[in-house]
Amino acid sequence: MPPEFALEDFAKALRAPDAPLPKGIVDPFGNPAPKRFDVYRNNVTVSLIEALQAAFPAVCALVGEVFFREMARTYLRTHPPASPVMIEYGHGFAEFIEQFEPAASLPFLPDVARLDRAWLDVYHAADAQPLNPARLAGLNDDVLTGARFFVHPAVRFINSGFPLHDLWQAGRAAKSAAGIDPSLVQNVAITRPRYEIQTFGVTPVSAIFIRALMEKEPLGAAVEKVADIKGFDLTRVLNRLLTSGFFMDVEF
Amino acid sequence: MFDPLNIPNQSGAGFKGEHFASIMESNSTVGFFEIHAENYMGAGGLPHRMLTAIREKYPLSVHGVGLSIGAEGPLDTEHLTRLKNVVDRYQPGLVSEHLAWSTHDTNFLNDLLPVPYTKAVLDRVVEHIDQVQTTLGRQILLENPSTYVAFSQSEMKEVDFIRQVQKRTGCGLLLDVNNVHVSATNQNYDAKDYLASFPVEHVGEIHLGGHARDVDDQGAPLLIDAHDREVDDAVWGLYAHLIGNIGPRPTLIEWDNDVPAWHILKADVDAAGRILEQKAGNTHAA
Repeated sequence: MPPEFALEDFAKALRAPDAPLPKGIVDPFGNPAPKRFDVYRNNVTVSLIEALQAAFPAVCALVGEVFFREMARTYLRTHPPASPVMIEYGHGFAEFIEQFEPAASLPFLPDVARLDRAWLDVYHAADAQPLNPARLAGLNDDVLTGARFFVHPAVRFINSGFPLHDLWQAGRAAKSAAGIDPSLVQNVAITRPRYEIQTFGVTPVSAIFIRALMEKEPLGAAVEKVADIKGFDLTRVLNRLLTSGFFMDVEF
Repeated sequence: MFDPLNIPNQSGAGFKGEHFASIMESNSTVGFFEIHAENYMGAGGLPHRMLTAIREKYPLSVHGVGLSIGAEGPLDTEHLTRLKNVVDRYQPGLVSEHLAWSTHDTNFLNDLLPVPYTKAVLDRVVEHIDQVQTTLGRQILLENPSTYVAFSQSEMKEVDFIRQVQKRTGCGLLLDVNNVHVSATNQNYDAKDYLASFPVEHVGEIHLGGHARDVDDQGAPLLIDAHDREVDDAVWGLYAHLIGNIGPRPTLIEWDNDVPAWHILKADVDAAGRILEQKAGNTHAA
């Protein structure tokens, strides 16, 4: 079946830059046309590199465009998009970077990639009314202790052992990351109460608390996990979560 | 009040989020907007909020770029369902897709790839379009491609292939005049001959866009369908010739890469609008 054979060959050759020209690919005069075929190869490769560059702006800024595009080119050879919904492309890029030898000197880079990708997930996530903080006003301690929160659909939380929020913001603002204190540890919360995306850094102790709430543990149990750890400020953290639209609902 | 289910015989633009504020602030006169369906397959957020606001003010056309109608495997029914969801949500006046393939072995290749024009491929494309039209419960328009290579296996001309597809599926046609010019140059045929044999009575929409210039293996001109600049003078000429022959049709300016400020894109939209008005005027006078 010549036509089927042609498309199979065509697809294989597209993704292998050194593969020979598929049989039957010609110019209008019947001559073999490798340069013409390369237009398709180039379209596929460049469009995917550009999709990744658009999805991972902080990663790109931190490593520079030349490095990023080579890294993206390597990624797309082994991880082509699995669906035509390109707004989903690049889940797995962070894990790829973890194994990408030339980026080994930047151990924070996978986390920056996770944050870039999560930002895009939040951008496209479902709409929902955030929890009105007034719902918690005037409740007695017994009721509050048993409160379980439902996380808003446009929320992501990224764990990191690096000054992730500062690094990521430097990348997104195309500013130098040179002045950032490397000993800082920032997990990052991303929220979108309505349409404006917010991000904020979270200390390791607050992260334990937030993770517990995200797993639907009651407020009292979440507080207990961190009550003895120095530097935990319940009022401040809870206030931040409530005013940033982290939750959609609460049950008592 | 406009009829949202009726795309007027006016000129429109591909909608880009970065133009939203300019469009709304200037209250732009635009016949309709068109979106790439795949960009609205997320659940919510700003893209849907902007599109909802656009849809309240302007007729909307939905253009799919990922269904891979020409692929040798079966259609991705999950993706077809996503397209149906976008169509159900926005109730567009027109829905269109491409005579091309873009998925192979579940890998999405992110380009509109050419098919050989054979009877076997024709049967497959017809089957796929039947499936799309049945699922969506409406007619779609099929767009003629830009091509850079030919297949030695091809058994018929592109225009005959498209006529057969139309006849067997009852689909409408989206005639991309830039693609006609690009393919005619690249495949060494005359664009006006192509238009003369195209089944124009089934054309529900026209696309215009910009192309880049390259050369092929023999040093002959090779045009690339880049959508990254103004519509070329040669394409304007072909378009005016076509509209003079068939009368006005909804006409979209596509500008997807190196997207300019709104007023620059709008200038091409207005240029198409003037040709439509002029030819409509001639038609009425005749």
